[in-house]
Amino acid sequence: MADPMKIRAQLKGDVTEIRVLMGHPMETGQRKDAAGATVPAHFIQSMTVDVGGKRVVDGQIATAVSRNPVFGFKVKGAKVGDKVVVSWVDNKGDKRTDEAAVA
Amino acid sequence: MNTTRRTVLKGATASGVLAGLIAAGALRPTQVMAAEWNKAAFEAKDMAGALKGLGAGSPADSKDLILKAPDIAENGAVVPVDVVSNIPKTTSIAILVEKNPLPLCASFEFANGALAEASARLKMGQTSLVKAVAKADGKFYTAQKEVKVTVGGCGG
Amino acid sequence: MKQNIIGALCALAVMGGAFAQAPKKPAAKPAAAPAAEAKDAATLEFEKFRAEMEDSNPAELFEAKGQELWKSKRGPKNVSLAETCDLGQGVGKIDGAYVKMPRYFADADAVMDAERRIVWCMVEKQGFKFDDIAKQPFANETFTPDITNLVTYVAGHSRNMKIAVPLNDPKVREAYETGKEIAAYRAGPYDFSCNTCHGVEGKRIRMQNLPNLSTPKGAMSGVQGWPGYRMTGGVMLTHQWRMGDCFRQQRFPQPKYASDAIAYLLTYMIGNANGQVYKGPGIKR
Repeated sequence: MADPMKIRAQLKGDVTEIRVLMGHPMETGQRKDAAGATVPAHFIQSMTVDVGGKRVVDGQIATAVSRNPVFGFKVKGAKVGDKVVVSWVDNKGDKRTDEAAVA
Repeated sequence: MNTTRRTVLKGATASGVLAGLIAAGALRPTQVMAAEWNKAAFEAKDMAGALKGLGAGSPADSKDLILKAPDIAENGAVVPVDVVSNIPKTTSIAILVEKNPLPLCASFEFANGALAEASARLKMGQTSLVKAVAKADGKFYTAQKEVKVTVGGCGG
Repeated sequence: MKQNIIGALCALAVMGGAFAQAPKKPAAKPAAAPAAEAKDAATLEFEKFRAEMEDSNPAELFEAKGQELWKSKRGPKNVSLAETCDLGQGVGKIDGAYVKMPRYFADADAVMDAERRIVWCMVEKQGFKFDDIAKQPFANETFTPDITNLVTYVAGHSRNMKIAVPLNDPKVREAYETGKEIAAYRAGPYDFSCNTCHGVEGKRIRMQNLPNLSTPKGAMSGVQGWPGYRMTGGVMLTHQWRMGDCFRQQRFPQPKYASDAIAYLLTYMIGNANGQVYKGPGIKR
């Protein structure tokens, strides 16, 4: 099972700042390992962010996003305690969903 | 459940129908498919191809699209980029790196109170222009910045 | 103890001497500082860059894994480190433990740095074999060893605390003095010592400034950020790893994993940083 994400959602004024750290190798498919074999592409392809049950961000991702990706978003209209749910699916079909509350 | 989803997505115009189903509890939000991965755009090997894949053609420069990135990235493996669109009715933002083997890095769609703003960390193989493309009210806009890279992000 | 270390280094020097018959100019000579203006602008940019990286540092992912490992019953003896491992503050107590090492542990009769001590606990308390751990003790792009995650977790629990190596302990003081001698010891085919790069002010290699580890400020630069998430390769690496990599860059043979020599060097470096605030797992080039 993939690593749990670290999600931070902080309400500042009327804007909630969301920061997500995902654990994923994000292999480009161009790297060669110590033995000289090409490491196949393995990367997060799509991700979504839901706040308070509503889809706020729908993202499509490619290999040029760094290993252990970090994304930031801002949302209006959320309140303290609202659930922030982040999901991702990678090119192999692996997936991960984690949640945090707006603080 | 699956049949319902397929039928709905085939025929539905709208968020109206989906919203209704979600409200009725028939479709949980996380079950609604995320947008299909744009292969044509993500696998384009040059900027022109990527823009074409996004349907952006020749986007107009806009000073209301703000791209923040370091002047010099200490390491091309993790270049922090932040894009803010102050263009009204922005629905999506895409981020590209001109000299990467595959320029399109990510694209985000916003809804339901999300600000048209996104930050991400990108791999840059060499010093290059970083480009943001925003879609607002059906039209495309762009902003760019050159980022110098001191160590290649693709394994250098 | 000290005799053995110097003896070992003498052996290295002899080997090095054989290579040095036809003296060549060292290839990786540290460059003098460039035009002061250019250096400052880049340094400022990099500091901003680092600050951005430290907020949402991928090291947090390894800290989380380390927590799981620390609390789980593992190894042939099926016990957890949380219930058996004393890092100097009491069994299972980790708050502030990282910044109070290296220290002398009577049960091991040795001065040990954090990594060495945790490995000792894994071997003595959980029943793991040292050789199995030492086979691949450091992370690479596809593998992060348990010990790395554990060190990161423990280090995280010294976040924002002052470095406090117990130099008043005579055993620790002896380790410190030995470490200081090792740092000054020139050997290898380039006749480098640690001090060649890290014993003087104002040196750098390419865009990386080289801290002067003999001063409090320089020593803290050397300590801060380890264990660290290395941007190059996206790998989690420890202070113990960094010491070994210096040996490699000096063209010295690799040190034995979790050895006395490394413990003494770490006692010297971390001891010199006493009193300054450690920010926890960091981010590195």
